[in-house]
Amino acid sequence: MRTLEQTTKEVLELASRHFKVPADSLAPEDDFFKKLGIDSLQALDLLSRLENHFRIELPDYEVQGVSDFRTLAERIQSRL
Amino acid sequence: MLDLSKYECIGAALRDALDQFADEICLIEADRERENHRLTYREFKARALPLAKALQESGFSGGDRAAIIMTNQSKWLISAYAIFHAGGVLVPLDYKLTANEQWQLLKHSGASVLITEYPIWRQLCGSAQRGGAANVRTILVTEAPAATQADLAGACPWEQALRAGEPAFVARKRQDVACIVYSSGTGGQPKGCLMTHENYLEQCVALTSLYPFWPGIRYLSILPTNHAIDFMVGFFGPFICGATVVHLRTLRPEYVREAFLKYKIGYVSLVPLVLKNLQKGLQARLEELSPGKRKVFNALVALNKALTKDRPRLWLSRRLLKQVHAAFGGELRAIVVGGAFSEPQTLQFFYDLGIPVANGYGLTEAGTAITVNDLKPFRADTVGKPLPGMEVRIVKPSADGIGEVAVRSKTVMLGYLDAPELTAEAIVDGWLMTGDLGRFDSSGHLQLFGRKKNMIVTEEGKNIYPEDIEAVFEGLPAKEFCVFAANYVWPRRSMTGEQLVLVLRLDSGQFLTEELRREIVARNNRLLNYKRVHGIVLAEEDFPRTASLKIKRNALAERLASREREAAILPL
Repeated sequence: MRTLEQTTKEVLELASRHFKVPADSLAPEDDFFKKLGIDSLQALDLLSRLENHFRIELPDYEVQGVSDFRTLAERIQSRL
Repeated sequence: MLDLSKYECIGAALRDALDQFADEICLIEADRERENHRLTYREFKARALPLAKALQESGFSGGDRAAIIMTNQSKWLISAYAIFHAGGVLVPLDYKLTANEQWQLLKHSGASVLITEYPIWRQLCGSAQRGGAANVRTILVTEAPAATQADLAGACPWEQALRAGEPAFVARKRQDVACIVYSSGTGGQPKGCLMTHENYLEQCVALTSLYPFWPGIRYLSILPTNHAIDFMVGFFGPFICGATVVHLRTLRPEYVREAFLKYKIGYVSLVPLVLKNLQKGLQARLEELSPGKRKVFNALVALNKALTKDRPRLWLSRRLLKQVHAAFGGELRAIVVGGAFSEPQTLQFFYDLGIPVANGYGLTEAGTAITVNDLKPFRADTVGKPLPGMEVRIVKPSADGIGEVAVRSKTVMLGYLDAPELTAEAIVDGWLMTGDLGRFDSSGHLQLFGRKKNMIVTEEGKNIYPEDIEAVFEGLPAKEFCVFAANYVWPRRSMTGEQLVLVLRLDSGQFLTEELRREIVARNNRLLNYKRVHGIVLAEEDFPRTASLKIKRNALAERLASREREAAILPL
């Protein structure tokens, strides 16, 4: 079972890879909309990729209002 | 044409529809490949009445206010009907606001009841603003996990609240308030539009005269139902006509695409951002075609374009461009696009494929839509003609005919809740002053050219008033500041690419250091992404102020406008 720290690290890695942003420029407390420069549709795309990676289902309404990597990782962690 | 003249209130019109179309399907709620609910109008009523009874038993009576903060799902509509059945005033709030903002509006609205979903309630509970909204006495929470049901921080699980027995139907008058819809305002002065029962009844008749619903046709509800457009075309309109509303619990593009096919969608409403994305996706697929196939496809598009020049011919377009239409389920009649301005080339792209886009222009204050493209013929360069019952005029037109758009109709709101000054500014001698600049062309179509008011609308359909976001910059180490829509200061004849700018007046001897810039960026990041400022303008003089020390925004904007826009706006 992953720790929250590991989950957060994997979220950051996946985001950096997919949106081609240097990994060391992303921090858990960052706002992913701003840091990745993405809109709401691209954020949904990120969620789908995270679901595939962690093999979980993460409903849209579960992450409603979430905009930082740390909280996103917490929501994922609660479903692992 | 629909006749709702016999109805005094939307509750009565909906009540009759629930009986008239008892065996038709009114709602389908899907979650990915699973179907959560498929309800007939009879079943819908059977689910709504126990909630209406529960509300009444809790002391809720005619004219009391009840708020809904939910994503699009069956219980949104069930709750709304229960509120209307009990004679209540519905306060539909945006689930995308922050918890603090939601509490502020709950307080301002005076709602005594809140109906919400568990994930949203969890966020609301974490907000320090909760204590300020003591008016909210009854809180019902849907989908609360079993483990949390015993302790929902003062809320009650929806399922446990329901009560058996026939609730009394509480009638309202046409001029009574049906809904309080917030068009903006969480940081500045909240703008709660008081929409009457008449506003909705009249708008429903006008809109369905151009875009009718009937039993069997399916509407895909993607825009949030708290938004005036989805409330009308994703709830009230289809229900009055016995049609079916489809809700998706996830809006990932792959599931939305699947829903078109699976449910044979007839209508859908989208914001321009989503429409543009859809266009990009289709264009990418077309580019993958071999040169030969693309040539054939382009020829078919050209033929379709020629044959639908004067009006849409759906049956023909569906045959000519079978594969495109099949990708949308084969029964799509029109895409309603709203919430913000759409680019003409995107609208034309879809129309050329035989998919009409119902492009229009509206304001919450005017009850959904003012003008809509009637497709006779389709015009991508305008926002259409005024709907039946709408009087639209151009106030103080310039030499080229462009002036402020003003509207008078039975769909215009009563005014703003507890804001007589704002109401007096917005409604002058019975005319709603929209703050948008437009002109009528020779065929009676309205063309828009920009805004007169200090606000922006994002491609996602969000209205942003600069005053509302200033609070986040409070305490910034500078002499004074304010936020403007760049196009308000430097008018542009455009409804797209709008941006906000932070105007800063530094103390004497102070400079825009990296530290100050970082502080601004950090504060800016606390705002939701679509509310953020995009640049800084350094003011060269102190802000002009009134005797009561309020910033004279018009005078300040005029002063800034004397500078070159590009040179004045410093990137963040």
